[in-house]
Amino acid sequence: MAKGILGRKVGMTQVYTEDGTVVPVTVVQAGPCNVLQVRTLDRDGYEAVQLGYLDKKRPQGKRSRQSSASRSERGHVAAIASKRSKGRQAAGVESTPKADCEPKRFVRELRGSAEGYEVGQEVCVDVLEGVAAVDIVGTSKGRGFAGVMKRHNFSGQRATHGVKKVHRHAGGTGMSAYPSRTIKGKRMSGQYGNAQITTRNLKVVRVDSENGLLLVRGAVPGPNGGLLVVRETNKLG
Amino acid sequence: MSQELINLVEQSSLKAEAPQFEIGDTVDVHTKILEGQKERVQVFTGTVIARSGQGVRETFTVRRMVAGEGVERKFPIHSPRVAKVEVKRSGVVRRAKLYFLRDRVGKAVRLKERRRTTK
Repeated sequence: MAKGILGRKVGMTQVYTEDGTVVPVTVVQAGPCNVLQVRTLDRDGYEAVQLGYLDKKRPQGKRSRQSSASRSERGHVAAIASKRSKGRQAAGVESTPKADCEPKRFVRELRGSAEGYEVGQEVCVDVLEGVAAVDIVGTSKGRGFAGVMKRHNFSGQRATHGVKKVHRHAGGTGMSAYPSRTIKGKRMSGQYGNAQITTRNLKVVRVDSENGLLLVRGAVPGPNGGLLVVRETNKLG
Repeated sequence: MSQELINLVEQSSLKAEAPQFEIGDTVDVHTKILEGQKERVQVFTGTVIARSGQGVRETFTVRRMVAGEGVERKFPIHSPRVAKVEVKRSGVVRRAKLYFLRDRVGKAVRLKERRRTTK
């Protein structure tokens, strides 16, 4: 597995280096995660480690079952008895190892060799010790149906000089009789944000294993509290 | 919870003993300046006219007159480059921001000195 961990964006602040330069940082609460599954070449056709972060809520009272884990989610992290499992046991089929932890809220796989990882093992920020830069995957803030000025940084039109009610519009969207159509991929208004964004090559400023915090230089996609995948960067140099 | 974690991170950048001064004080700000390999201390003297921000981001503004021209400098309180802030004299002020001093010239810039009562 590429060195990586799941986490949550806490917010931004700044820290001083020893020589007095200010570094803008994003604080990421990273881990602890559990290894829920190990993908192997023989069985799955690829190698990866599946991590789980944050426990799912336990049902509070009779009517709040919505946030609780489904039976399949519970069965994924711990063995639960069923007719089928009994049958398989009787037939002598070896069951897959289980992590034996709470069902997890955020489950993601990190591709790469699973050497040194076992199901049930706890992964902490320490794995990123010595890593110079990371890639962070998150979900950007949703902006709804946004116009071209916000979505594509168009300039809009003039405020005066005869512009009527189209101050924030795009200009033309194509040519004339030839080709008589709008070219595919023309940038227009539409849904903006709430999409998966990967920010690459963020420099690691500090790994605070005591508090489970990771400090990276610069901004990270998504709102504060958003869930993130942090992995060692695949960018060279 | 998240604010606590941010405070935890900022704690490491805060000075153990933040310089003590008040608005209206005339101060000497000692700043470390790196010239090539050599480190030098530069002193900026003036009146503290504002403090803004909180935590690691807190800054203060010092105003002085240089050759008849007003000069203001902003310093981050917790920056390691701000080595020392010496209070030379204290002024009697009734507000937190002394921006009205910008409109004053000559003798009117002076603030009445406040004598600290010793217990």
